[in-house]
Amino acid sequence: MKLTVSNIYKNYNNTTILNNLTYSFKSDSIYVIMGENGVGKSTFLRICALIENPDAGKIIYYKQDKALKNDIETRRRITLLLPKVGIFNTSVYKNAAYGLKVRGMGKNKIKETACEALDFVGLLHKKDQNALTLSSGETQRLGIARALAFKPEFIFLDEPTASVDYKNTKLIEGIIKKLKKTTGATIIMTTHEKEQAIRVGDKILIIEDTKIRSSIVTKDK
Amino acid sequence: MSNPFLKAVELIFSFDKQLFDIIFLSVKVSGFALIIASVFGIPIAVFTAFKKFPLKSLFINIMNTFMGAPPVAVGLIFYLLLSRSGMLGFLGILYTPYAMILAQTFLAFPIIASLCHSAIVGVDPLLKQASITLGASPFTTAATIINEARYGIMSALIAASGRLFAEVGAILIVGGNIAGLTRVMTTAIALETDKGDFELAVALGIILILISFTINFSLNIIQKKGKKELI
Ligand SMILES: Nc1ncnc2c1ncn2[C@@H]1O[C@H](COP(=O)(O)OP(=O)(O)OP(=O)(O)O)[C@@H](O)[C@H]1O
Ligand SMILES: [Mg+2]
Repeated sequence: MKLTVSNIYKNYNNTTILNNLTYSFKSDSIYVIMGENGVGKSTFLRICALIENPDAGKIIYYKQDKALKNDIETRRRITLLLPKVGIFNTSVYKNAAYGLKVRGMGKNKIKETACEALDFVGLLHKKDQNALTLSSGETQRLGIARALAFKPEFIFLDEPTASVDYKNTKLIEGIIKKLKKTTGATIIMTTHEKEQAIRVGDKILIIEDTKIRSSIVTKDK
Repeated sequence: MSNPFLKAVELIFSFDKQLFDIIFLSVKVSGFALIIASVFGIPIAVFTAFKKFPLKSLFINIMNTFMGAPPVAVGLIFYLLLSRSGMLGFLGILYTPYAMILAQTFLAFPIIASLCHSAIVGVDPLLKQASITLGASPFTTAATIINEARYGIMSALIAASGRLFAEVGAILIVGGNIAGLTRVMTTAIALETDKGDFELAVALGIILILISFTINFSLNIIQKKGKKELI
């Protein structure tokens, strides 16, 4: 799957956040978006993930060069994980199963898939615990498990390691890289850590003054 | 010298018919009122929480205000409405359990609507975002939010039932405390004491206190459960 955003404009209260922004995301890569606080990274992710509409411009997903409609079917091929995950007041397992359930998957298949996703992030042994009692690092990993369970082709991660310690940060970075390798998904994440961007990203984009100013291809890993 | 307390206990354990008829009527009247108020109150709370409509905040304010409506005044209003010359006089239900259910429904409705509304809008907005980003339809997202408000909704129902069981003003005025017909626990206690039927009053008092403790105890547990799981 590919994504092209073209001529995106976004204003909040007469302040221009994104101004005529155009970019194409190819499949099977990790993009890391950087930029100062308040520059519009989260806004850009929300717009790309079809959660929020731009004031002008187009967001088009392509599957084998065929443009997809921005309907719920397409929305279900992508996902956005926010810095604050938003955990449902129920078990770790039921949280992981949520996206599968809303897609109408059968019970047995849900069980298998959700457990696989929890195992992927190393949380399978906590599946019966109430998810609100997880630590921040575990919560973040549950957020990733919940999102990857339904095998999205585009995954937006907004600061996935904010408020996470060093060990969990490394763990999450490993999960992100493994995710790309095993599913071929496109991952677009934001971070404030330059080191992390270099460690994880195939490409680093810098948003500055309402536009993507530069893109840096990091070395092959 | 007979001890009214002992006699009351005796009444309870001998399953005195008069006593239990009164208890059952209380449960019936307040129970039906609670069900009817929930059937209307919960959907209205959901609607108010998710939809914009004209004068919405006025509506919410009115519900909040009516939560504390004095039962005696509500009883008086329904008495006037239901009396022969009143607007609802044609129903002919004054001094029947129907009138009591109607008045209590009116008392419970704003409590349920208002508290359920608060519970739903109090759900963390992050959960709405999470639900959408996980591919839920708007309908499923709303259902998820209501489910997250479940402890608040249960608390609202329990709080309303506490008020109904303890309430005497409204049901006394529209029911009339007629023996065997509209006499319920609170009205019996209020009016039978001085007629010498001490044992009955004390027996009813014991049962009423037990019911009220049970209601408050479960409210406490539900609220704790909601909190514990939310931290
Ligand atoms: N819903 C909104 N209403 C009004 N202003 C908003 C809204 N959302 C974002 N903004 C503003 O848009 C600007 C960009 O916000 P955004 O969250 O996209 O920045 P960011 O690059 O993600 O910053 P950070 O690094 O701090 O996460 C900010 O100035 C913010 O105040
Ligand atoms: Mg941000």
